[in-house]
Amino acid sequence: MKIGVIRFPGTNCDRDVARAIELVGLDVEYVWWNNDNLDDLDGVVIPGGFSYGDYLRAGAMASITPVIDGIKSLVKEEKPVLGICNGAQILGEIGLVPGVFITNENPKFNCEWVDLKVSNTRTPFTKDFKKGQTVKIPIAHAEGRFYTEDIDLLKDQDQIVLQFKDKNPNGSLESITSVCDESGLVCAMMPHPERACEDILGSTDGLNFFKGFL
Amino acid sequence: MLFNVEVKISLKNGMLNPEATTIERSLDLLGYDVNNAKTIDIITFEMDGDDESEVNENVVDMCERLLCNPVIHNYEISVTALD
Repeated sequence: MKIGVIRFPGTNCDRDVARAIELVGLDVEYVWWNNDNLDDLDGVVIPGGFSYGDYLRAGAMASITPVIDGIKSLVKEEKPVLGICNGAQILGEIGLVPGVFITNENPKFNCEWVDLKVSNTRTPFTKDFKKGQTVKIPIAHAEGRFYTEDIDLLKDQDQIVLQFKDKNPNGSLESITSVCDESGLVCAMMPHPERACEDILGSTDGLNFFKGFL
Repeated sequence: MLFNVEVKISLKNGMLNPEATTIERSLDLLGYDVNNAKTIDIITFEMDGDDESEVNENVVDMCERLLCNPVIHNYEISVTALD
């Protein structure tokens, strides 16, 4: 199985994500922003970084590039898509997941380990966790405050995937830091699971997210 | 015909604006007591079109597709003919 790792100018977590995908035994193919044909891939990760310098809004420029058409085709074929950090912001901008990730309540770049509650195990990326389980994964963002106009719809459709557990470091609505589409196959998360995939990094809780592609 | 376009992008009413809050706090450090600070982005460009309404229609499209995020933003467009 081959998983695509999307690259925009300014993406900087692509190689970390590729390493995490390889750790779970899958092959990686880097895919540039101008490639709209992803037919030979079994899923994609949109990694973190600062695509297009975060100009206009984080993720805005990336959301209108040709590779997004390829990703939308994969979604139609019911293949899994994971957006991490800037990737999550991009999925929000495209509208593949509900809501937006905007400037933190305290507008500083927040880089720290956090405890997260798994609120939903119906996505491929969280299927190996137990509902309510605590996982330890770092965050690193200045624009990660989740906001949506219709929180009730999100709850009704079981689209909340991860929530900050003990403290809400960025002021996200209901401490939400990961949401999915209605199907659960498209998942956007601000925390960086690829930075929690080996003991030497301090946690291996992130591995399950990549096992979701298996 | 050439038109001057200005798009003003602001956060919807009631949305938290951390940038504005930080500006308020910093002004307070200088001894100014200000309230209800807001920040607004202004994008300007020139564009060709047959008439004002055609240009306006295109700019609305730009706002919906790229310049704004309809979840959090309001926008105001002004189109003026360049002599």
